[in-house]
Amino acid sequence: MTQSNETLVRVRGVEKQFNRGAEAVHVLRGLDLDLQRGEFLALMGPSGSGKSTLLNLMGGLDRPTQGSVEVAGQRIDQLGDGALARWRARHVGLIFQFYNLLPVLSAAKNIELPLLLAPLSRSQRKSQVATALSLVGLDHRASHLPRQLSGGEQQRVGIARAIVTDPTLILADEPTGDLDRKTGDGILDLMQALNRQHGKTIVMVTHDPHAASRASRILHMVDGQLSTEMAA
Amino acid sequence: MTRLGLLAAGFRRHRLRLILTASSILVAMILFSYLVAIKKAFEMGVDVAGRDRLVVRHRVSIIQMLPASYEQRIEQLDGVLDATPVSWFGAIYQDPKNFFGQFPVKPEEYLAMYPEFILPPEQKAAWLRTRTGAVVGRQIADKYHWKIGDRIPLQATIWRPKGSGNTWTFDLVGIYDGKEKETDNTQFLFREDYFQENRLFGEGLIGWYMMKIRDPNKAADAVKAVDALFVNSPAETKTETEGAFAQSFADQMGNIGAIVTAILSAVFVTILLVAGNTMAQAVRERTQELGVLKALGFKNGEVLALVLGESMLMTLVAGGLGLGLGYLMVSQGDPTGGFLPIFFFPPEDLVLGAVLVLLLGLAAGALPAIAAMRLRTVDALRRGG
Repeated sequence: MTQSNETLVRVRGVEKQFNRGAEAVHVLRGLDLDLQRGEFLALMGPSGSGKSTLLNLMGGLDRPTQGSVEVAGQRIDQLGDGALARWRARHVGLIFQFYNLLPVLSAAKNIELPLLLAPLSRSQRKSQVATALSLVGLDHRASHLPRQLSGGEQQRVGIARAIVTDPTLILADEPTGDLDRKTGDGILDLMQALNRQHGKTIVMVTHDPHAASRASRILHMVDGQLSTEMAA
Repeated sequence: MTRLGLLAAGFRRHRLRLILTASSILVAMILFSYLVAIKKAFEMGVDVAGRDRLVVRHRVSIIQMLPASYEQRIEQLDGVLDATPVSWFGAIYQDPKNFFGQFPVKPEEYLAMYPEFILPPEQKAAWLRTRTGAVVGRQIADKYHWKIGDRIPLQATIWRPKGSGNTWTFDLVGIYDGKEKETDNTQFLFREDYFQENRLFGEGLIGWYMMKIRDPNKAADAVKAVDALFVNSPAETKTETEGAFAQSFADQMGNIGAIVTAILSAVFVTILLVAGNTMAQAVRERTQELGVLKALGFKNGEVLALVLGESMLMTLVAGGLGLGLGYLMVSQGDPTGGFLPIFFFPPEDLVLGAVLVLLLGLAAGALPAIAAMRLRTVDALRRGG
């Protein structure tokens, strides 16, 4: 493990409130969290506890109603829409439960998508895609469309897309939630390897204690607050 | 892959829907091509009319004849350079479908009246020598594969010839070309003296006069002077500029411009709805994908450009192809077999067509693109998952 003492993500006093009709729903209530660079954090908790919302805030996909979110020294909650989008492109790799691959693009082209936003030549993009494909063990599936891949392979493509830009932070929302145990283990092995061998900082939301056990730290959330902290 | 590649990849989603929508745009642009050519064909007589040429016809209707003696009297008026008689012959060449205008005229006067008809001097001389001589426009000569020296029989429908039968036979002595693209080169012209002497009845009567005046700015005075000359006579006249005459001829079939504009508007609104619906459907189906793009770092404006670009690409390719095909089809010439002698795709309407295609792409894509731009990333991701 390559965890350092440098705080990569600092969440302070974060509140998130949604309006459901006339009713205000408090999803996060004054939450504080520090994440060290190189950490693999698992966020657990029942549905509606706010773990995905917290993940979205750390990834700049959403903004807190109150409080601050700082990543690598930058207050992302203060960025404008355009700047936040570009920040995501540079610093965040996202892994989704249902892979969210574009069905009309091949595996390689899906992986190349985030690179279209970077100032890279075609050959540089090609080289980075090849590296990412190799890392997830799918060199031979580069030209396949998502529908021609198994669930596990699609998730590997999703992971390759998340790491192809060499992001500061990888955020995974139930990455094994749609996979059987064996295939899910393969995905978790890969994520663990990214964390341990490549020093990637990962936050993973999961319901599954087995998946969470692969993390270096587990946090439980209840009613929009962190309840317990466990070392994995 | 490039961003354009990403944009084009969207077309692989629903190929049948894409083909149907693109086809509707393509057909609309072919229809546009024909409609503007038809509109132009009707306007052309008005556009190419000489400003110094006036038409003198019977006040009641164009089919009422005027006395041949009017020619001299008109020419005596101040400011009138010449007046020359023209009549509608209306015969048939082989089949009633073979329609083209035939006019008995005085060769020298008529050619002087219409300097845009270019006839080689030796052919003009031959026409003056040959009583039964006829001169035709290049388009008609090409259409019926006529060449100089051919004898052309026409079956009379109005003016039967003296003697037995109703066939007039003419010797083709000349083929004229139009000076401009818009010049009518579908006329069949033959000698007025032959017409007067050889017809069974109506000698001394002519259809109308073409009249040339010295100063086009005094056309109104000339109109008044001619009509005043024959007022209270058995054959009162109605004089008007050639442009007004052509316009009133076109107006007999209704306001072609307004009809064409109405049809085009209906076609474009329909196509706009079809293309707009396609784009809206495409965005609805891809909400989650658009959310993914935003999550990966695509800005709102880039997502807007992607959807709008898709709409533009579809309409530009289909519309451009439609315009091109329409241009080629219209270039084949008058589809009516002679009723629209001047039939071509006006270059200015090609530009108008391109602008309309562009606007169609923008209008069809605008609302879906704005909707895509406004999507909240987390909502879009949630909606799909």
